[in-house]
Amino acid sequence: MNKYFLMLVAVRALRRNAMRSLLTTLGVVIGVGAVITTVSIGHGARVQVEEQVNRLGQNVVLVFPGSRTLGGVNIGGGTVNTLTVEDALAIQDEIPEVVAASPEVRSQRLINYGNRNWFSRIYGQSADYLQIRQWPLESGRMFDEEDVVRARKVAVVGQTIVEELFEGMDPIGEVVRVRGMPLEIIGVLGRKGMSLMGSVQDDIVLIPYSTAFRYVSGRTHAMVINVQVFDQGAMSVAQQKITDLLRERHRLGPEQDNDFTVQTQEEVAQTATETSRIMTFLLGAIAGVSLLVGGIGIMNIMLVSVTERTREIGVRVALGARNRDILRQFLVEAILLSCIGGVIGILGGMVCSEILARQAGWPIQLPYTAMLYAFGFSVGVGVFFGYYPARKAARMDPIEALRHE
Amino acid sequence: MPVIQLEDIRKCYHVSDTQDVHALRGVSLVFEAGEFAAIMGPSGSGKSTLLNVLGGLDRPTSGTYHLDGEEVVALEPDRLAAVRNEKIGFVFQNFNLLSRTTALENIELPMMYNRQGFTLKEIQRRAREGLEMVGLADRASHYPSQLSGGQQQRVAIARALVNRPAVLLADEPSGNLDSRTTLEIMEIFQRLNAQGILIVMVTHEPEIGQYAHRVITMRDGRVCKDVPVAEPFVASREKERLPADTREDASDE
Repeated sequence: MNKYFLMLVAVRALRRNAMRSLLTTLGVVIGVGAVITTVSIGHGARVQVEEQVNRLGQNVVLVFPGSRTLGGVNIGGGTVNTLTVEDALAIQDEIPEVVAASPEVRSQRLINYGNRNWFSRIYGQSADYLQIRQWPLESGRMFDEEDVVRARKVAVVGQTIVEELFEGMDPIGEVVRVRGMPLEIIGVLGRKGMSLMGSVQDDIVLIPYSTAFRYVSGRTHAMVINVQVFDQGAMSVAQQKITDLLRERHRLGPEQDNDFTVQTQEEVAQTATETSRIMTFLLGAIAGVSLLVGGIGIMNIMLVSVTERTREIGVRVALGARNRDILRQFLVEAILLSCIGGVIGILGGMVCSEILARQAGWPIQLPYTAMLYAFGFSVGVGVFFGYYPARKAARMDPIEALRHE
Repeated sequence: MPVIQLEDIRKCYHVSDTQDVHALRGVSLVFEAGEFAAIMGPSGSGKSTLLNVLGGLDRPTSGTYHLDGEEVVALEPDRLAAVRNEKIGFVFQNFNLLSRTTALENIELPMMYNRQGFTLKEIQRRAREGLEMVGLADRASHYPSQLSGGQQQRVAIARALVNRPAVLLADEPSGNLDSRTTLEIMEIFQRLNAQGILIVMVTHEPEIGQYAHRVITMRDGRVCKDVPVAEPFVASREKERLPADTREDASDE
């Protein structure tokens, strides 16, 4: 039987059980779709991370409490209380390479304005924070040294706050309340978009760190110290000096490990990239497993189909089909099933990744090589899982098969 | 030259170490072109095994089988498949049409396995001709479940003949049909036979055997009687004698 008829016969056979065929492909559809989606998310995230590296700020060094290790066990920031405001001030004052240092303290609080409220993150920072982050103001002013020293109840808010609490009207001069404490809004931040970890950076309220410590967070220690170094070339020197200074301030002996971690923005980005890479890999592995399960589904249905069509096989042999015609027919059916699954999966994956990319505001990156691989893999699944049932069909005794009820 | 020449065909099934079943114990038969033979006998007499051997589905344990000048017993499987496809047409008791496959597509099937390399156009044209030959041109896109038993058997006959085989083998072709439909099938057989095709039909109904020109009776794996039918029934004439209300086709459209 030539290839064209083989195709025709297989298509007709699948059409005879259209619903079943479609359900059979579902496993492969989900598998391939998942592969495409995860890979494209991984791509998008990586591109995003690279963009974020530059947006993180100019020559920024971050100091975290506790020891964080790259790629190993990661003790998250804020779990160990080792960084004080004085540490930040010392870094700023004693290290010549450092332009500014801002101790950071974060809290999640409900913010009230009139009869509206919004759950947001309140960041305590120094007056230099916007300069460190290279974050422009849209209107109003940033709080100054004086505000920090006096722990004034003033705030600079992000775009999300303006949208959610003020419905877009100018909030400057208005007073919001956090647990009853009034905060006067003195400035509005420019739009920033998504962060490395996928959170909306515009959903933010900046207040002096002194105010945050005293009235909002209930903490006594900084979660992070944001440090700006004057020049890219001085980064490693500054990193070393900060380490030395903090070891000295924390009275750490030579045999003791750092109780803080100093990372440059590149290292932070690297951590994030590494994390997203591992996530992509894990998700990809899960997707691969579901593709495998899809293949087993195809094998299962093909086996059922072979048994069910025993008589058909007998008839075909009686009409002149060679063993290899029967083998090929069932093999082509299995491959066709997995190919259809692959194509639907690719289309589904494209739609999914497009939706996700749009939701996250990422650049859309369609992974063409991954599509090719996923499709090739699903064809392989068809061949691999279709072969056994097909061979079973081809080896059938035609006399028995014709007698089969 | 005879179309079929069987010489001392034996078939022995090895059931267990202590038991062998001899289905055929030395059958020698010759069929000429244009013959219409009926093979009869009780169940277990070996008539089905003989038909399977004739159809190239089963290999005899020993003996020789010449079909259209070609020795079949020793053929390799692929060539045997080609012989089945080109030289033999099968008609089965239960029709054996592919379900959920239209009448036309069923008839197309043997041509798809043909080594001549038909194009799809040719195949479809010839399948249509086949349907016309059995009077079902208007049922081309019907599925077997939408056809009556007689119509299904006619589709099966069209399918059996579409590759223009040397011999038509029928296994209890009327086993599942009522008497009028049986006559219709016999009518088709007699018409085809008149055109020169060799028909070998297995049946257990003596009356059906009377439509053939020759009746071979088997018993215990041997041919015990092989006689010509002096005056075969003519199906078209018998049909007229039937009462009109037994028409099957009219009832299930």
